[in-house]
Amino acid sequence: MSNLTNEAVLARIQEKFGEAVRNHEEPYGLLTIEIQADKIHDLISWLKTDEVLKVSFLTLIGAAHFPNEKGREICVNYHLHSLVNNVRMRVRAFLPIETPNIQSITDIYVGADWQERETYDFFGVIFEGHPNLVRILNEDDMDYFPMRKEYHLEDATREDKDDRYFGR
Amino acid sequence: MIATSVGEKAKDMSDTSNKNKSLFADETIDGQIATLNLGPTHPATHGIFQNVLTVDGEKILGSVQTVGYIHRAFEKLAERRPYNQITPITDRLNYCSSPINNIGWEMTMEKLIGVKVPKKVDYMRVIIMELARMADHLVCNSVIGVDTGALTGFTYMFQQRELIYELYEEVCGARLTTNIGRIGGFERDFSPTFHVKLKKFLKEFNKHFQEFDDLLLRNRIFMDRTIGAGPISGERALDYGFTGPNLRAAGVDYDVRVMTPYSSYEDFDFIIPVGTQGDTYDRFCVRQEEIRQSMKIIEQAYNNMPEGSYFSPDVPEFYLPTKADVYTKMEALIYHFKIVMGETPVPVGEVYHAVEGGNGELGFHLISDGGRTPYRLQFRRPCFIYYQAYPEMIIGQTISDAVLTLSSLNVIAGELDA
Amino acid sequence: MGKVEIINGVETINGEGFQLTLLDKVIGAARANSVWPLPFATSCCGIEYMGTMGSNYDVARFGMERMSFSPRQADLLIVAGTISKKLAPILKQVYEQMAEPKWVLSVGACACSGGIFDTYSVLQGIDRVIPVDVYVPGCPPRPEQIIEGCMNIHRLVKSESLRRRYSDEYKHLLKKYDLNDE
Repeated sequence: MSNLTNEAVLARIQEKFGEAVRNHEEPYGLLTIEIQADKIHDLISWLKTDEVLKVSFLTLIGAAHFPNEKGREICVNYHLHSLVNNVRMRVRAFLPIETPNIQSITDIYVGADWQERETYDFFGVIFEGHPNLVRILNEDDMDYFPMRKEYHLEDATREDKDDRYFGR
Repeated sequence: MIATSVGEKAKDMSDTSNKNKSLFADETIDGQIATLNLGPTHPATHGIFQNVLTVDGEKILGSVQTVGYIHRAFEKLAERRPYNQITPITDRLNYCSSPINNIGWEMTMEKLIGVKVPKKVDYMRVIIMELARMADHLVCNSVIGVDTGALTGFTYMFQQRELIYELYEEVCGARLTTNIGRIGGFERDFSPTFHVKLKKFLKEFNKHFQEFDDLLLRNRIFMDRTIGAGPISGERALDYGFTGPNLRAAGVDYDVRVMTPYSSYEDFDFIIPVGTQGDTYDRFCVRQEEIRQSMKIIEQAYNNMPEGSYFSPDVPEFYLPTKADVYTKMEALIYHFKIVMGETPVPVGEVYHAVEGGNGELGFHLISDGGRTPYRLQFRRPCFIYYQAYPEMIIGQTISDAVLTLSSLNVIAGELDA
Repeated sequence: MGKVEIINGVETINGEGFQLTLLDKVIGAARANSVWPLPFATSCCGIEYMGTMGSNYDVARFGMERMSFSPRQADLLIVAGTISKKLAPILKQVYEQMAEPKWVLSVGACACSGGIFDTYSVLQGIDRVIPVDVYVPGCPPRPEQIIEGCMNIHRLVKSESLRRRYSDEYKHLLKKYDLNDE
């Protein structure tokens, strides 16, 4: 249904960004590109303006925490969609947990605003250049990032439920 | 605690420095600026979200939003639960149309494990999903009516929603949070009572819906009230990431059912209604027409229902075997045990699947490491993404228009906060 | 259309030009048949509550169709849906703003005990912040169950002594929840 194949998209991106593109794969037909963290902003803004690819819709920004991969613990995923060509793609960057900084894309897509705040709220990813990077879903005075793997689902201070009976 | 942080935010807003310039309209009438707190508990906000408005008389100059009052940590909860136990959580995302969320999740799992369901399952799913879409749009449109003061439409349409609830009850036993279907199909075929009820519904719904339509669609007062309230342009909507009826009202015809068809949607003949201005009246009209189109799809699906099985036989590790088999056959017993205890092995992989929910593209990004629970499951929640455009849509409008815009956006709190 | 039997809601001794009854009973009946609810509807149970408001399950026959969203004018606080820890101070504020006499109906598993959301952000039951009179379990409860909860509230309202709010037990309850004693 789409005019462009994944290979054509990948070739065009590699032509422009060269070795910044570290890895690429196609799980379940969705082109997934891993790129250096400092090139994310350039890639996404170039994708929006490129006349062939026209990837102009930001679907989702998310993150995942892989505590076992040293130096690459936090993975930030950007799902993009070219509505004109009907091509979806996923761009990702890996960040170390000590300095999870990445440039914000709120100047490219206004809709990235809250999604980046949510990613900061859950994982602690610092988006440089974001106009208002504060917690959005959790309470403002929470001092940890709950979606990281080292934290439990349940509230640590609860005293009414006995873990022995809850199978934990 | 809440009052002081709100007060600080309000102070920030009255400070007309360049920092907040983008939120403010350019002219004030006579400079009497006040701060008005819309929410978190307010009859107009259907759900709990707070907007601190800076107003000049009745005209809105800017607004600061607070969300997260119903944050239930779905994504963290999903990392704890086995795959078939996540369906009840997806119910509670957009709870007005929960079958769409359930079936979207089941399709994500089917994509991950690589199984294709029979055509009959596709058609059954289409019927259920379109019923859910109708239920969602009926709530939204009735509530737009209520916010303009027209309460009769609400009582008429909730009667029709009760009929849709009866149809759900025939399939899964529950009214609202349905937990419908299984990974691989449905647990049982549609019962004879379902067929009777669905035929009656198909025959009579349009007549009752026309009554609601007659009340509001060409009503002079309603049109004066809603035309021009909360407009947004198509380009701006795309930049924000709008999807669903809100985007279609702004003029962009993006519908996941047509762009990347799933569950045999390409077999059906339906149109996508598109608006022009992106204001409240357009959103109302788009939803009205989508209800009609959903009825058309259900009729086509029901009349052309293929023969076949209501579940896929290729996924015994996910689809519960029948009780008779469990008590007599060894493999069925082992599969039953593994499924119920959640010890089913799942391929390692990463998948993103999107369906057209009541509010737009509902996406599931699943990272699986082969264990019994997902490693990371993220929901792409359309409400969360388009609600950020709300301050921009109400600048320069009156407070009553802000209330109307909020209800026409169909912000469902469960989907907003997850 | 069968014969309609009108039951005397309040036992009275009638005569020519006078009616003898207990003041408690009359006031209890008046209060019970015109409870003005404040639907504090947060999530899915809120939609079931809206279904109860609709014409199929009708709360108007109980005199409850005037939804008061202003706490100052409400009698019954219906908490339907999940209450998160972020929302708990607001719930308490709304409860404090209500004028006496007031009752609380907790609808749904999430409001009663946190429900299926045993997570870091959900308050495990609203009775941690405000006193609750009737709990309606269910996820979500059917409108019939919500109506039964309302009818239990009516039973409480009818039989509550007018002096209950000044009793020691009630004062102790207010102190336990750290509410204003006014």
